[in-house]
Amino acid sequence: MIAFWVLALALIASGVFTITASKPVYSVVGLLGNFVVLAILYLTLQAEFLAVIQIVVYSGAILVLFLFVIALLSSGVKPFDEGTNRLPRVLIPALVLGGIALVTIVFSAVRSPSPAQPSITAGSPGALGQTGEAGVFGSVANFGQTLFTTNLLPFEVTALLLMVAVIGVVLLAGDDVPSRLQVRERGTEREPIVKSGEPLTR
Amino acid sequence: MQAAADLINAVPFWLIVLVKSGIVLLVVITTFAYSMLFERKIMAWMQLRPGPNRVGPWGLMQPAADAVKMMFKEDLTPNTADPLIYKLAPFISLITAMGVFAVIPFAEPTGTGFFGAIGDVNAGILFVFALTSIGIYGISLAGWSSGSKFPLLGSVRATAQMISYELSMTLSVIGVLILAGTTSLMGIVHAQDRVWFVIPQILGFIIYVITAVAETNRAPFDLVEAETELVGGFHTEYSGLRFGLFFIAEYLNMITVSCLATLLFLGGWNALFGLTFIPGLIWFLAKAGAFLFFYIWLRTTLPRFRYDRLMDFGWKVLFPAATLNLVLTAVVVAFWPTNG
Repeated sequence: MIAFWVLALALIASGVFTITASKPVYSVVGLLGNFVVLAILYLTLQAEFLAVIQIVVYSGAILVLFLFVIALLSSGVKPFDEGTNRLPRVLIPALVLGGIALVTIVFSAVRSPSPAQPSITAGSPGALGQTGEAGVFGSVANFGQTLFTTNLLPFEVTALLLMVAVIGVVLLAGDDVPSRLQVRERGTEREPIVKSGEPLTR
Repeated sequence: MQAAADLINAVPFWLIVLVKSGIVLLVVITTFAYSMLFERKIMAWMQLRPGPNRVGPWGLMQPAADAVKMMFKEDLTPNTADPLIYKLAPFISLITAMGVFAVIPFAEPTGTGFFGAIGDVNAGILFVFALTSIGIYGISLAGWSSGSKFPLLGSVRATAQMISYELSMTLSVIGVLILAGTTSLMGIVHAQDRVWFVIPQILGFIIYVITAVAETNRAPFDLVEAETELVGGFHTEYSGLRFGLFFIAEYLNMITVSCLATLLFLGGWNALFGLTFIPGLIWFLAKAGAFLFFYIWLRTTLPRFRYDRLMDFGWKVLFPAATLNLVLTAVVVAFWPTNG
């Protein structure tokens, strides 16, 4: 329980740091901390596969791309420009929506029957090493089982959605004119980019 | 033996973990120091030079001398640097590099479970990948926060390279996971009691070796710190102990991927030719050491890749090959007679 409160506070603190940080890269570091703390929180809930995937996917892939773009594009070490403060305008809608979400969560938590207690209490020593035999909630085997049986349809639909997104990116970014680099690589046998007989415009 | 088991059972769990961590930390840091010397010696012999031979007999005290030198150098922070991130980055690199050793099993656990790994995490291999994927941030943030162009170029290269090769590396390992049917590193070694996975997974092993070299930014994939073009790459501005932390992290990562190669493909602590009278720990260290030697051998033999070729190779050769390996393994396992 102590572990939960410490982690929860750290989670909120890192989240607040992420949105109030003065430089974009600080925000990335804050978000990284947020992800790591969230993963540890999952670990205390015995969901070790979820914890690891949280790190691998969000920190290892998505956030690295954020950092990559920020490092390439941002104005070096300079902080954000001071913009107009939009907080007062969004304060009331944000509070209302957040309140509704909180009430919904609390309500459903109270209504639902309490889940079976895991064999090892969260946060006890040894929880890390002893979880996750097949059939235990949160183990890799169990996670995979659920993913490919009961939740197969949502899983495949998500995959399809991502595929559509990838195709969209390729369509938006792709141009079929060979780049200068490719021409240079051919070395001496340099070919004309547009072959004779082809129309110039595509 | 029973008395010893009772004694170990009486000690609280956290104390055992603390002691184990201390031992592993000590061993790993010493291994780092001597793998550095090992590398310099091997490289020297391959290039017909004597190598470091002034400090102690055969230069054996060289690591100590280097460590002292590193500690007493001035710790510089450039004016243009972002001080907070600049100071944070080396620690991210080192902590993630060291954290991995918490789950690596070095030998068959004894009856009390005292030897073996610090923690036998069930998702062990995934844990390793998670930590190494955070390790990218150390390099990436170091380059950005230095506030000058060479480190930034180095770190941008590092990020692109490590993301690209991490994908193929993970895919090449999934073949092993399918064969072993577990993600626990202990379980994977036990699944290789009869035959090492390097034989059924030869394609996966080749891909793993190549991507492992690329992931640790070693020659011929050391574009990240290419001395001839980028001064020192992402750590150009670092000096003294902070540079030392990056240095330690790089070598620890090398040791990590060597240990992983041993565990995943080379049978872990399983003996070769039935020579079981040699303890498993020795077998493990010998295999990991051979892999380290291979690393150094590569460095002295191969020239550096050009950057666009590196990317092409990663995405157009390794990635399809890794996918093919995964599909083949899955199909064979699914239709294997004994699996029905």
